[in-house]
Amino acid sequence: MNKAVAEKKSFAGVITNAPYFLWAAIFIVVPLFVVVYYAFTDDTGAFTWGNITDLGDYADTFLISVLYSVIATVITLVIAYPFAYFLSKCKASSQKIQMMLVMLPMWMSLLIRTYSLTQLIESNGIINSIITSWGLEPLEMINTPGAVIMGMVYNYLPYMILPIYTAISKIHPSLLEAAEDLGCNGFNKIRRLVMPMSMPGVVSGIIMVFVPSVSTFYISQKLGGTIRLVGDVIETQMKNSKYHIGASMSLVLMVFILISLAIMNKFSDDDGGMIV
Amino acid sequence: MKKRLSPLSGAFMGIVYTFLYAPIVVMIIFSFNSAKSTTNFEGFSLKWYEELFRKPEVIQALLNTLILALASAAIATVLGTLAAVGINMIKNKRISSGMMMVTNIPMMNPDIVTGVSLMLLFVFVGRLIGASEMLSFTTLLIAHVTFNLPYVILNVLPKIKGMDGSLVEAAMDLGCTPVKAFFKVVLPEIMPGIFSGALMAFTLSLDDFVISYFTSGADFQTLPLYMYSITRKNVKPDLYALSTIVFIVILLLLLLSNVIQIKSEKKNINKK
Amino acid sequence: MKKIVSFILLLSMLACSAVLLPSCSVNDNIDESALRGKYTRDLEGTTLNVFNWGENISDGSEGSLSVVKAFEKVTGIKVNYTTYDDNETMYGKLNSGAVSYDVIIPSDYMIERLIEEGLVQKMDMSKITNYQYIDNKYKGMYYDENEEYSVPYTVGLVGLIYNTTMVEGTPDSWGIMWDEKYSGQILTFNNSRDAFGVAQYYLGLDVNSLDKADWDKAAAKLKEQSPLLQARVMDQVFQKMEGGNAAIAPYYAGDFLTMQSNNPDLEMVYPKEGTNIFVDAMCIPSNSKNVEAAHMFINFMLEEEVALANAETICYASPNTLVTENDEYSLKGNKYLYPSDEVIENAQYFHNIDPEVRSYFEKLWDEVTLN
Repeated sequence: MNKAVAEKKSFAGVITNAPYFLWAAIFIVVPLFVVVYYAFTDDTGAFTWGNITDLGDYADTFLISVLYSVIATVITLVIAYPFAYFLSKCKASSQKIQMMLVMLPMWMSLLIRTYSLTQLIESNGIINSIITSWGLEPLEMINTPGAVIMGMVYNYLPYMILPIYTAISKIHPSLLEAAEDLGCNGFNKIRRLVMPMSMPGVVSGIIMVFVPSVSTFYISQKLGGTIRLVGDVIETQMKNSKYHIGASMSLVLMVFILISLAIMNKFSDDDGGMIV
Repeated sequence: MKKRLSPLSGAFMGIVYTFLYAPIVVMIIFSFNSAKSTTNFEGFSLKWYEELFRKPEVIQALLNTLILALASAAIATVLGTLAAVGINMIKNKRISSGMMMVTNIPMMNPDIVTGVSLMLLFVFVGRLIGASEMLSFTTLLIAHVTFNLPYVILNVLPKIKGMDGSLVEAAMDLGCTPVKAFFKVVLPEIMPGIFSGALMAFTLSLDDFVISYFTSGADFQTLPLYMYSITRKNVKPDLYALSTIVFIVILLLLLLSNVIQIKSEKKNINKK
Repeated sequence: MKKIVSFILLLSMLACSAVLLPSCSVNDNIDESALRGKYTRDLEGTTLNVFNWGENISDGSEGSLSVVKAFEKVTGIKVNYTTYDDNETMYGKLNSGAVSYDVIIPSDYMIERLIEEGLVQKMDMSKITNYQYIDNKYKGMYYDENEEYSVPYTVGLVGLIYNTTMVEGTPDSWGIMWDEKYSGQILTFNNSRDAFGVAQYYLGLDVNSLDKADWDKAAAKLKEQSPLLQARVMDQVFQKMEGGNAAIAPYYAGDFLTMQSNNPDLEMVYPKEGTNIFVDAMCIPSNSKNVEAAHMFINFMLEEEVALANAETICYASPNTLVTENDEYSLKGNKYLYPSDEVIENAQYFHNIDPEVRSYFEKLWDEVTLN
């Protein structure tokens, strides 16, 4: 490579990087500093720890939010993994159609989907009227922790299926055949080959389900009855113009998520390719 | 080549599909309700569909949602593709991994944190410069572009990394300017990544509620925001009708694109 | 490539049809002769930002008048019409100082707060010629004694709604919301002020008390109620009450009429301990960019045809005598919307509460709801 080309290249590097670099600095990095600023100041602009220590009152809310979203993520994974695996076994043409079917609900507004979900699980809702017509006792579904978790699973299931399916379908068929030739079949084949190779998909699936679940406020509002999650509290604080406490909660939530992601990355022992 | 699915796994998939689609089926059924209720079905009627076309606010909200999604996806695609090309050029490992870390932030941060942080930024700047119309379509667009960007970058970057770098050098040795080389050589190669990134950005923007909730202003309201604002009142079947139309249009579009794809694939096979 | 192009093409076709179709069926035909040339086209081409509650205007549904479109047609002013879900959301946007609205429609206590904080401006009442038609009962209210800042839009009362097939007899007291017999069948408001209100009427407390001990008492009462509740709701009250999923709920009288039309088993009373009455009124924020047009819009909202269409659609009581004395008004003298003076005199308005007490009860509310 001659010198002129090298210069051209570095110049081109600056030109192509500059717009995004600016954008990311102004709209990704700076807002985080603004959050930190609000979290550690009071209305007069003076430094304070007060906003953070006040969060002690919401410890239970944090705990419940994390607990519910962990349960929801586990359930989602348990449903999505076999589903994605079976899907990858379908005929190629049907796989395309089915992928479309899985993605389709994501195009509908989460608000309207959640709203119609309430109709199904209301105490006099559609499911209960079917159950009672069989002469069984109606189920208590809505306004329970179970309903909130179900709402999370329902809304974010496609986000789990997609990356896992992508990861599984990338496994080359010849690898599977080789495994079979070596006497590995059925469950063993899945455990030894498919599972490790689909791990990156699982990891990004978990992130894509856990993060929106732990911070939701619409789902808990509609399905949870008296249950309030972190998202609800932040939303209330922000609309009451209590920016400082809202910011401190956002900050804690963000730090918590980043730490859990970092830990998960450590354990998923791959080369940093954690996103799809 | 592949074995057929066992009936058991077929049944499992059926149950999952039922779970995914039951609320949507309920929505479609109740959009044909003759009563003004989303709870008691009283008879078949198309009146809520007619109703939609009489309510300019609802149509405007739908239109706004589409405009915002198209605009933000377009900007994010251009900016994100450029960024992916740029990041790939950075030789310094530290800088490029730093860039990637920043890129991941809006994706890993919960929507509510992204929304709150951007709102605080706009409010802060607004107070600083004394602008009373800070929150507007522009801020909404900025917010959407910001959370769309990482998805574009992460779709495009692997395609660029997978490209043979010597191709560009060859083109430049043959007298191409870097810009020309980019359009002639790089762009066609990474097109599939750009398109899937654009599609993802469009989808995410279409469905976003939380970030819009915090960053929208007086001049522009999207459909999810409109839906949320009816909290004191009840959701009437007209919103179900609207969502049903959206559902069917998307279903048709996806089917159509599949048919086109299958046809062009067949053509390619015939050519070979 | 083709896939995406065809996709975008179809999408824009959808968008175009969405623009074209409604324009031919929206009802913006207002009888302009009745407006007697009050509205000039001097401000044609300017924009007006209106911020209103969701579904709180005659919007063209079921053949009604689209008030916004009619205003645009008459004056040539472009209206940016956006909506909010409650007073606090509206306050949050306004107080951020980063959005400029020209007309907002907050409730009484919020108006008091906005005036105190200087977020709304005095109007030129001489430009609102239709103000004369406002019922004297709703003029010079506590939050705006000199009639300078606000023009009443709707009046509402909180009633006790119950399902006659699930509740024995006719309840006459808020006490029923603490009756263990109906455990798991009771709903309450999912906003602090209204939910506290119910406990306060029942305990005979002042809803605007500045004594923290009073709020403690009410909070204790609410905690006592928590295990009996099915849910804290806002809009879901419709689904739940209409579907017979809950037996008892406090809610706004106007919305009760909607519920009753979908489920005739529902009934509503105003409990003897009193209840909450509220007025939503139109105001002009201090940072409005089009004050002239805002006056025009507010006056327009009081026009007979417009106010009538609004009252019919919203179903809340109207403070406008052009409506209440109109024989075409289908809800004229409705016993739920326009109850006896006794009920109204017994009802309490929410006032804006001192910030310290407000934070105090918001904190109590967190305690009540987080457990």
